[in-house]
Amino acid sequence: MSNRTDRPPLTGMLRPALRWETGLGLVVVLVAVVGSSVSSQFFTGNNLFNLGLSNGEIAIMTLPMTLIIISGEIDLSVASMLGMASALLGVLWSHHWPMPAIFVTVAVVGLAAGAVNGLLVTRLRLPSLAVTIGTLALYRGIATILLGPNTVANFPAAYTNLGVNGVPGTGGDVTYSTLIFVVLAAVFGVVLHATPAGRSIFAMGDSAEAAQFSGIRVKRIKTALFMVSGLVCSLAGVLYTFRLDTAVQNNGLGLELDVVAIVLLAGVSIFGGKGSIAGVVLAVLAFAGIQNALLLTNFNQEASGIVTGALLLASVFLPNAARWLRGSPWASRARALAPRQTRAPSP
Amino acid sequence: MRATMLSRRQQRSAKGPAGGTAAGPRSGELAERVFRIRESGIVVVLAVFIAVTAAIQPRFLNATNIQFVLIDTTVFALLALGETMVVISRNVDLSIGSVLGLSAYLSASLFGQHPGIPIPVVFLAGLGIGLACGLANGIMVAAGRVPSLVVTLATLYIIRGIDILIVGGREVVASSLPGAFLQIPKATVFGLPDLAIVIAAVVGVGAYYLRTFRSGRDLYAVGSNPEAARLAGLPVGRRVFTAFVVSGGIAGLAGVLWAAQYGTIDSTAGTGYELQVVSAVVVGGVAIFGGSGSVIGAALGALLLATISSALYVLGISPFWDQAIWGFLLILAIALDQAITVRLTSALRLRRTRHE
Repeated sequence: MSNRTDRPPLTGMLRPALRWETGLGLVVVLVAVVGSSVSSQFFTGNNLFNLGLSNGEIAIMTLPMTLIIISGEIDLSVASMLGMASALLGVLWSHHWPMPAIFVTVAVVGLAAGAVNGLLVTRLRLPSLAVTIGTLALYRGIATILLGPNTVANFPAAYTNLGVNGVPGTGGDVTYSTLIFVVLAAVFGVVLHATPAGRSIFAMGDSAEAAQFSGIRVKRIKTALFMVSGLVCSLAGVLYTFRLDTAVQNNGLGLELDVVAIVLLAGVSIFGGKGSIAGVVLAVLAFAGIQNALLLTNFNQEASGIVTGALLLASVFLPNAARWLRGSPWASRARALAPRQTRAPSP
Repeated sequence: MRATMLSRRQQRSAKGPAGGTAAGPRSGELAERVFRIRESGIVVVLAVFIAVTAAIQPRFLNATNIQFVLIDTTVFALLALGETMVVISRNVDLSIGSVLGLSAYLSASLFGQHPGIPIPVVFLAGLGIGLACGLANGIMVAAGRVPSLVVTLATLYIIRGIDILIVGGREVVASSLPGAFLQIPKATVFGLPDLAIVIAAVVGVGAYYLRTFRSGRDLYAVGSNPEAARLAGLPVGRRVFTAFVVSGGIAGLAGVLWAAQYGTIDSTAGTGYELQVVSAVVVGGVAIFGGSGSVIGAALGALLLATISSALYVLGISPFWDQAIWGFLLILAIALDQAITVRLTSALRLRRTRHE
């Protein structure tokens, strides 16, 4: 309240309320209310366990995707890297490798897959959209070569139990993948919002050139981001495989679109430079809640994409609509206050 | 690439008695060379690929196999035509796989609901469904001014969802479709599938349109630099809108052809097809960020990808290798395209400094 004098009163008070994350928070609350009213099962521990289980890998993959999109790139190969990790895990297990060695191999391959993406994008200066459509096919193709039509199952129960049991000490209602997501979200949140590297990611998303000239190692950071994405997606692949106790070549097929949809829903700008981990966590909750509520109401589960799509459209149209609605007086004042971006006059 | 296209247009418009002769031949030469590089690159790859495969396994070139490849290419090349128009305008249409699926089911189920319905009416129905979807995409992208990647990703989900709600667990089976309809992809003239000839003609018309008509040229200008196009007074929104409507309409027609080709249609028809089509377009030399490329290149890209699948099959290589090879080729094509663009830009810069 003290700064009322040096701020326009209404915008000053409304700005936090107009934040994207606040709206998302309301959506999450709405989903919870509607969910619990349509089905008494919504808030049961068993259901929350299932909710966490079926969305865990997607949620984990949204974190590196968020950083990559904020940095001005995109990684469409995430689901294929998940599939490749899953296939590799299956093949190596069927060749009787010890689990620790398998984990190390899968992690290294994931890092390498991410490095290929990153180097193609930064060193050859290829558009990441095109490159990662290519590696989407390539990595899924490698998974297909590795496993062919075969299915590997019978992983040791000590590992596949993570699809059955929750984390001890939580009443068994929290899945391991949920726990991993929460921990990773905290790590990614701190890195993005509280470290120089995080500021650099925002800066290069605004303008890669300006970031480069101000001494940020754009290429190195972007390559690192793609490698982190590869590593995290491999982890998701391992979780996916153990949860289903199945390694097949099409594990996680098409999940990249879900991941991108959640990240955009979270208010992350597709053009880079804007977004927050808090928004992503809320968007994950909204997405998972909606999927789950639809499941409980016997809505055709596969058609739940309609809701995802509608939310995605809302996420791009609402900010525009808000801008139109806010009208001229506030908008012009905000514009006067904001640092102007001068556009070069056209000749 | 962009610059040469523009200079080519200037050249054409400046065909006055005196103007343009000094710079004419040189820029014409350069443009010619680039055009040749672009499409001949793919033709060479295609030729080498066919030659090597045929040398190892002569069966690859027998009439039946060629027919198979061409028929596999038709739907693919048709979709690539629409997608190319969208991509040239610096947009992307990810919803075509879903549009194809919806159109395939709805149009094919007309045969069951209205026995004796004329086949052209069914094609019109498919076209209508596609146009409606394209209209929705176009309005949102052009009037809403939101990124097409996001809009069409959303409509990919929504249209597929609607499809799933309508279809449920049902499917259209071949026995419910009239024989004449199922014969469409099988009919041949001189050993060439009728359909392939028709599609080749359509692609030819599309290429002619994009190269010569004002509205076609506008798409390149919009894709090269939307802001500049707007300042130059081009109707940017209208052009982008048209591109999406055409892409949707084509996807609708492709859905009917898909139904004729496969006979069995459930709610998964065409799933994931959008990325394959984008791959074909990019392999065909269309820049993913707009402004350059041709419809013929995209069609050749589709032909190349279909040929590769077939060659792997004929050579007895497991079809499980298909996708990895596709992915590798796609990355190679993008890298090659980039190398050409970089070389061309520096060549143009050199020329400019020499002449000024």
